[in-house]
Amino acid sequence: MTRTPLRPLARILDARRRGENPDMIERENLAARHEAMRDKSRGRAQLRLVFLALSFFSAFTIIGARMGMLAATEPVEPRTASAGAEILASRADILDRNGRVLATNMRTHALYAQTRDMVDPPRVARELAAIFPELDEATLLRRFTDGRSFMWVRKVLSPEQVQRVHEIGDPGLLFGPREMRLYPNGTLAAHVLGGASFGAEGVGSAEVIGTAGIEKALDMRLRDPATAGTPLQLSLDLTVQATVEEVLATGITMMNAKGGAAILMDVRTGEVVALAAGPTFDPNDRPSNPTSGDPSDSVLFNRGIQGIYELGSTFKIFAAAQAMELGLVNPETLVAANAPMRYGKFLIKEFENHNYGPMLSVTDIIAKSSNVGTAHIAMMIGAERQQAFLKSLGLFDAAPIELIEAKGAKPLRPERWPEIVTITASYGHGISGSPMNLATAYATIANGGIKVTPTLIKRTTPMQGARVMSEKTALQAVAMLRRVVTEGTASMGEVPGYAVAGKTGTADKVKRGGGYYDDKVINTFASVFPANDPKYVLVVTLDEPVETSGPKPRRTAGWTSVPVAAEIIRRTAPLLGLRPQVEAAPMDGLTAVKN
Amino acid sequence: MRPVLYVLTFFAVMSLGFWAYRENYATQAALRDVSALQDEIAGLRESLSVERAEWAYLNRPARLRELATLNFDRLLLLPMESSQFGTASAIAFPPPPIAADMAPLNLRVNTPVDVQGEIPANPEQTP
Repeated sequence: MTRTPLRPLARILDARRRGENPDMIERENLAARHEAMRDKSRGRAQLRLVFLALSFFSAFTIIGARMGMLAATEPVEPRTASAGAEILASRADILDRNGRVLATNMRTHALYAQTRDMVDPPRVARELAAIFPELDEATLLRRFTDGRSFMWVRKVLSPEQVQRVHEIGDPGLLFGPREMRLYPNGTLAAHVLGGASFGAEGVGSAEVIGTAGIEKALDMRLRDPATAGTPLQLSLDLTVQATVEEVLATGITMMNAKGGAAILMDVRTGEVVALAAGPTFDPNDRPSNPTSGDPSDSVLFNRGIQGIYELGSTFKIFAAAQAMELGLVNPETLVAANAPMRYGKFLIKEFENHNYGPMLSVTDIIAKSSNVGTAHIAMMIGAERQQAFLKSLGLFDAAPIELIEAKGAKPLRPERWPEIVTITASYGHGISGSPMNLATAYATIANGGIKVTPTLIKRTTPMQGARVMSEKTALQAVAMLRRVVTEGTASMGEVPGYAVAGKTGTADKVKRGGGYYDDKVINTFASVFPANDPKYVLVVTLDEPVETSGPKPRRTAGWTSVPVAAEIIRRTAPLLGLRPQVEAAPMDGLTAVKN
Repeated sequence: MRPVLYVLTFFAVMSLGFWAYRENYATQAALRDVSALQDEIAGLRESLSVERAEWAYLNRPARLRELATLNFDRLLLLPMESSQFGTASAIAFPPPPIAADMAPLNLRVNTPVDVQGEIPANPEQTP
């Protein structure tokens, strides 16, 4: 660029000659130069603006195009990140407290048909009916040919069946992968586990949903992909559960009972170590819910949770414990027990019209199971305090346990609570509860008076509950229960080495229309062991048992539930790691022990 | 000087391009490997869960009980009882070692002994 001088000599000389001001020339040139400079800088600024606009345009175009591509493409798994088990297991496993499998998943196949691709429907129908006996050839053929293009044939196939269907070789038969719920232990803990079935089904997969028991109660936890990788660990002990179920089933058969339930609970933590109910079923092949008749006739009926029965004399210890807690009596206080006792139009009698009176100590009232003595204690306590105490033991509410059936099993109690109800409730009549309610209440006593909440989930820390009664009262109550076994109605409950304490209860069954059956009873034995340091509570309930070894049939708990409970304790206490407290027989050497 | 710079730049661009080409293919191969491995892991996990289910099935208490009953004459397994608990004090201490010269004659081994001997035809008859 050539620079033009502001004062060109030729023009200046020329201007001077003409007598003009030469500065004008300089200003003129200066103005021209400024104008040129301004033009140049404007052009550069415009260029910059265009460049900037282009940059922004291309940047936004790239971002927009990328977004569009991301939105339009199929999602893919991140291949470089490592895949965890949680992606594969659609439903969490259920384990027992020692990590043994109670429920797991297995990969199987579902069979479906695309009828348009089917080459020879009559032959396919014939061969399928030969493989699966429950399928009907004529129905299959009708459904293959009635114009639909898609149909499910069977939900779950074994590998052998898959192979045999493959061998039919028809292109219209197709398989979809399925995660199937498997209970490898068969009927074991069936009432706890409940069962599972398929929810929404697609060709590629199907969701597995719980239909009963803990599978339904904790369905969200088991299905949640975030927790599917961690198995759910229950408080049940597989070995103990199997033993309890075996003894209970034998007991139901020997005592000619319609059914029964046994609950074994750790009193420190509230964990249910075994929960058995009979008769039982196989959760792998769960029968459908009964639609008519008495629900308790079904094998699905969990007597331990759903069986709301009058639990009889097992309630007497609550009256005694409360009276001691309130300072009304002590274990040696003599209470009137002259039977029969008349209250208004009601006559309160003892079992088989005995009379243990005129006076009995509180300990003897429990040991001999005196209705009249308990009634007198209850009248000392009064209705309001009695209700508050029974409520604090959890006997007025459904047991808060992780089973779907528990929510609907609310204990029955009278609307109004006149004094006659105070009297009958004190010995467990006119008020109903489930064996689980009873086990919880006994566990609270055995736990030194601190409220226990039952659970089926493994727990390691002791219960942090409210105090219901003082530790002294709880100890005295357990000592009274011990007397029931040593010299009272539950003498068959003695197990050498494990000081069993407990209370029997025999209640007539309530008729559906009202009133009581004469020859149908519910026998319950609620026990605590070992009595000097209570660790476990066992409740055994038998439905309509009758013991027939004697000259006339016996229907008292002392003859039916107590021997069953004693056998359960004898078999399970060693499995629970409880040392017998008497010196074991001297041994020659080591004895092999199998757990 | 400038032509040298051009040539150097050209070679740098070419070698970087070659490096990027190789890296691209190496990455794709690694991704293929990873997805093959993940397929394998998924298959192994699945068979592991089948094995676990089968193990649980074979060890179900009902079957073990039947096996214990079937093999009672050999194993003599009975339900565990409270009498099987022992105390540590009931276990005898090991016997004190016997001094070499106090041991019975047939247990003294001072010189090499022929241990081959002969196997008796009927082992039950030998004391």
